[in-house]
Amino acid sequence: MKLINDDLTSIPKETTLHKVLIYLSIPMVLVALYLAFIYTPIEVKMGIVQKIFYFHVASAWVAFLAFFIVFVFSIMFLSKRKRIYDVIAGVSAEIGVVYTIIVLTTGPIWGRSAWNTWWSWEPRLTTTLILLFMYIAYIMIRNMDGAWEKKGRLASVFGIISFINVPIVFMSIRWWNSKLHPVVFGEGANETGGGLEPSMLFALIFTVITMTIVYVVFLQKGIYIERLKIQAERLKEKFQEKLAG
Amino acid sequence: MEYLVAAYSIIWLMIVGYLFVLGKRQKAIAKQLQFLQELDKK
Repeated sequence: MKLINDDLTSIPKETTLHKVLIYLSIPMVLVALYLAFIYTPIEVKMGIVQKIFYFHVASAWVAFLAFFIVFVFSIMFLSKRKRIYDVIAGVSAEIGVVYTIIVLTTGPIWGRSAWNTWWSWEPRLTTTLILLFMYIAYIMIRNMDGAWEKKGRLASVFGIISFINVPIVFMSIRWWNSKLHPVVFGEGANETGGGLEPSMLFALIFTVITMTIVYVVFLQKGIYIERLKIQAERLKEKFQEKLAG
Repeated sequence: MEYLVAAYSIIWLMIVGYLFVLGKRQKAIAKQLQFLQELDKK
């Protein structure tokens, strides 16, 4: 079985896997909400507002994953020149931007409660904002006028360069020793993590898996729409040729 | 509590909103494609 259907000549059908993932994501989201609100204890220092953490971190993870997919498929497009790779990269970038906006709005809401300010130009927030602007620019390149091959090449190069910022965002609070942003993982003597209670860790892992499934649902849907667009483009080109000839 | 409600409202507004946008896009392109196919048959 082929993992990626690269046939762009026929009208696509929504797959069974797509439906299964949609039906799986709904109960998983409900369980994730139950885990975040009821199953996990209320954090002592921050109180109930800490419960933003589960979906905030999960959204950040999905944004990183989405941009990693852009990076991988941009390289694949540049080496193989298959349009489907360009389509996947473009769809993934858009989802990444949606999740980055979630991160950049829920973060300051938490910050208002924890730091008593909506925004601080500290390393994590600043690098995440730059990341958002870079991928908005990537989407703008994709929406320019012109042949898809040319736009695809330019967007792919930009998608590869933009990904450099992802590890910088992740490492920023470690490299620049942020006083505000908490380091949850990789701290302490054995570098395993900074004191997440087991039930909180379980809720976080479950939420990350759930949001990843939601990302896959969005990705499949986005690719399906792009395939339909390509078919419509082909028919339009056919009519233009008929009119010209 | 209001911060928590605000944060979760934004999360679900963004996710449901994006799903809605995708649905609208799909509907529009499916309609266009159907029209083009009918035109092609003629």
